[in-house]
Amino acid sequence: MLHNLSIGELADRLAAKRISSVELTAHFLARIERLNPSLNALITLTAEQALDSAAAADRRLAAGERGRLLGIPLIHKDIFCTDGVRTSCGSRILDNFVAPYDATVVTRLKSAGAVMLGKSNMDEFAMGSSNETSFYGPVRNPWDTTRVPGGSSGGSAAAMGARLASFCTGTDTGGSIRQPAALTGVTGIKPTYGRVSRYGMVAFASSLDQAGVFARTAADAAAVLEVMAGFDPRDSTSVDAPVPDFPALLEQPLKGLRIGLLREFFEGLEARNAALIEEALRVYRSLGAETLEVSLPHLPLSVPTYYVVAPAECSSNLSRFDGVRYGYRCAQPKDLTDLYKRSRGEGFGAEVKRRIMTGTYVLSAGYYDAYYLKAQKVRRLITDDFRAAFQKVDLLIGPTTPTPAFAIGAKIDDPVTMYLNDIYTIGANLAGLPGLSAPCGFIDGLPMGLQLIGPHFSEARLLGAAHQFQRATRWHEQIPGGYE
Amino acid sequence: MADWEVVIGLEIHAQLATKSKIFSGSATAYGAEPNTQANLVDLAYPGVLPVLNAEALRMAVKFGLAIGATIARRSIFARKNYFYPDLPKGYQISQYEHPVVGKGSLAVVLDDGAIKTIGVTRAHLEEDAGKSLHEGLANASGIDLNRAGTPLLEIVSEPDMRSAKEAVAYMKKIHTLVRYLAICDGNMQEGSFRCDANVSVRPRGANKFGTRAEVKNLNSFRFLEKAIQFEVARQIELIESGGKVVQETRLYDSDKNETRSMRSKEEANDYRYFPDPDLLPVEIEQEFIDGVRATLPELPDEKAARFARDFALSAYDAGVLCASRELGAYFESLTQALGTTHAKLAANWVMGELSSALNRDNVDITAARVSAADLSALLGRIMDATISGKIAKDVFEAMWSEGKTADAIIEARGLRQITDAGAIESVIDAVIAANPKQLADYRAGKDKLFGFFVGQVMKATGGKANPAQLNDLLKAKLAGESV
Repeated sequence: MLHNLSIGELADRLAAKRISSVELTAHFLARIERLNPSLNALITLTAEQALDSAAAADRRLAAGERGRLLGIPLIHKDIFCTDGVRTSCGSRILDNFVAPYDATVVTRLKSAGAVMLGKSNMDEFAMGSSNETSFYGPVRNPWDTTRVPGGSSGGSAAAMGARLASFCTGTDTGGSIRQPAALTGVTGIKPTYGRVSRYGMVAFASSLDQAGVFARTAADAAAVLEVMAGFDPRDSTSVDAPVPDFPALLEQPLKGLRIGLLREFFEGLEARNAALIEEALRVYRSLGAETLEVSLPHLPLSVPTYYVVAPAECSSNLSRFDGVRYGYRCAQPKDLTDLYKRSRGEGFGAEVKRRIMTGTYVLSAGYYDAYYLKAQKVRRLITDDFRAAFQKVDLLIGPTTPTPAFAIGAKIDDPVTMYLNDIYTIGANLAGLPGLSAPCGFIDGLPMGLQLIGPHFSEARLLGAAHQFQRATRWHEQIPGGYE
Repeated sequence: MADWEVVIGLEIHAQLATKSKIFSGSATAYGAEPNTQANLVDLAYPGVLPVLNAEALRMAVKFGLAIGATIARRSIFARKNYFYPDLPKGYQISQYEHPVVGKGSLAVVLDDGAIKTIGVTRAHLEEDAGKSLHEGLANASGIDLNRAGTPLLEIVSEPDMRSAKEAVAYMKKIHTLVRYLAICDGNMQEGSFRCDANVSVRPRGANKFGTRAEVKNLNSFRFLEKAIQFEVARQIELIESGGKVVQETRLYDSDKNETRSMRSKEEANDYRYFPDPDLLPVEIEQEFIDGVRATLPELPDEKAARFARDFALSAYDAGVLCASRELGAYFESLTQALGTTHAKLAANWVMGELSSALNRDNVDITAARVSAADLSALLGRIMDATISGKIAKDVFEAMWSEGKTADAIIEARGLRQITDAGAIESVIDAVIAANPKQLADYRAGKDKLFGFFVGQVMKATGGKANPAQLNDLLKAKLAGESV
């Protein structure tokens, strides 16, 4: 079936005119129509526009043009601004917002000829680990629709797990690609901070946000990332470094690769989860890698550190949503203060408000040093820990999440428990490192992820290591029942 | 009554003369239709990001070098968070703990000729906000975001000024400097150059500062002076009547000439400054600083010292002539045409007739209706005794209003000076004959009547008699000498 084919295979078929992009697009649109109602993975479907884009891609193909993503259908997380198509960010406050421009990620994929099918559901402003904070309702996990798909890119993850597109985009501020990728049995990569432009991506926490990819496999993710990545003069934090040809580097041998096992990740790890990681390590050793234990002593501080830094930045980033220029405005404001209070009060959901309040608090006079400044110092220590670890090892391996997907409603009223879901993923964001999650087995019939973290700009290494793992295992080929 | 000492510090906002905004590509030109110079970045659309305009940074460094300040090799943009409709992001990007320009100083010449050094604490880059428009809209306010994102250099002084006059002298000095550096057009009506004044008073001799009030929104030298004077009087009166000055922000109302409380310290916003994560720290290389240094023009103090030295002018005159680069250039080209020995004459005319004509018509030196070349031709006619200095002033006025050359006006109006002794003598004879009583009084010792006779002769000659000749001849005639 087309939805189970790799991007490379699809590109070959498109090039050989065995299928057209319009046919491929129509195939995915039909799947979305049939399968999405039980998942709620999409906020906006752009069927007509998708077919137009597909037809345009077919013309480019007919003219002899070739490209890894030319004519390949995707779903964008609804955090990327798309010219003329609603960009809600999962929030009521942007429910009516149609961006007049494309995010750089969108532009790059559009130019490459990828076909946008629609925009995926997400936790409101990417704040959440379960996709339950969306104004558009929770997303359901295709492996068990009573469970969450993870978050915040839960819609993209569920869509990928259910094969509603060839690939999906996502963003990862504290694990928002890797955690849902793990919980839905797909491959997800968060590149190095600065690798992919943030321009046009609605900001949550600017120093942590990074765009990435959900795909069936590491090889597919490599093809997509190669197009998405690169310096953008419109993003001062994007890095002017050459983008390697990721697909061409997938086969770099793993012999002699030094893999670090983070002691802090394994302490208290649930036995079945630990067994999956052990099994993955066995695979890597069989591929010639060495494994050794390393320690990042400050890593246990990453969750509290993150929950100071991220809310601080978000409290400021979200100030622009004030009901004045765009987005939701309350009815009949009495005066300016009323306009602000009610537009924001009615427009934002509970989790967003919680974080704005936390962030406002940690930045306020008298608390700044104790919270924000202290958190920045700890962040530096965590970054230094990683740097020291990468003197000894080439990559770090551990679990992506502590548990498989949990039930919808199970944690939503207990924010601290919810926040602990990101305990293994947040470190990479604080240090700006690339991280990848690949399927590595099941617990109670639910998929689990193996996380790889590498030094800055080591995406090629991560993708190659994941790709060769996927050549040796079948976990990534498992598809939830009913979505084959 | 106690003897009070006034303490003033100024925060000057100079709008940098970049073509585009500090963090976006929008134009900065003044006076465009509302919201036509605001792009998605200025409007703070979701997802947009700021990118620093390198030209704004270059200008800030230029200013820093001109006041001998330390230039920070690493400076950081921070966010100042507050809600206001003309602040689209809900925060202003500014520099807080790590400004690009550190401590510097500059010297001002006071009215009595004394020179005082005023410390500059720092100067930092920031973006301006938009404007709220309340006029002409019923039950609504308009927002014009053309100005939002315009680059500002905020120049913060030490509390070194001790009178309104010193504050004005300092502000004028900065005004001169930024225009010399071509980093700000200095247009105060359009708000390109404005300041806030921190004002306090303390008993003379006290070593602690009094509680200060910050007076906002002063966009002319006169308003600065008046606002400080009002504020000082208010604070002294308050203290002397048993009250206490509270730390607060006050607004100067130029119509009523008073300051009014805007908000007290307790009501002040907590701006929750933190480093802007969208902008990397600004790292400056020594080569960049050297490159900017190479573009520095001759600075006002250097130019004034050179004028004083080369043209034998007083420090005061030299300072006035260097108030702007253009005025200095005008004076210099005039002096070159006349010869250095006539520099004093040139200076007197530039500071006298020319400046009053410019002020009267409210035009800039660059738009002067009498060029330096034309003025030098006029002064040449004084030097060659074709006309008197007094007549020359009339000729200047005519040149200014009619746009003709000095010679054309002198010829057309027959203003050529009478230097023929015989002609002057006959007028003197007629005047003496017509005023026998005054003659008798003069001869009886009323020397003051000499002036009366001069006046009468000048009147009769239409002011054209050569003054020196007239003087000599008249003296002799009145004394009864035959000439």
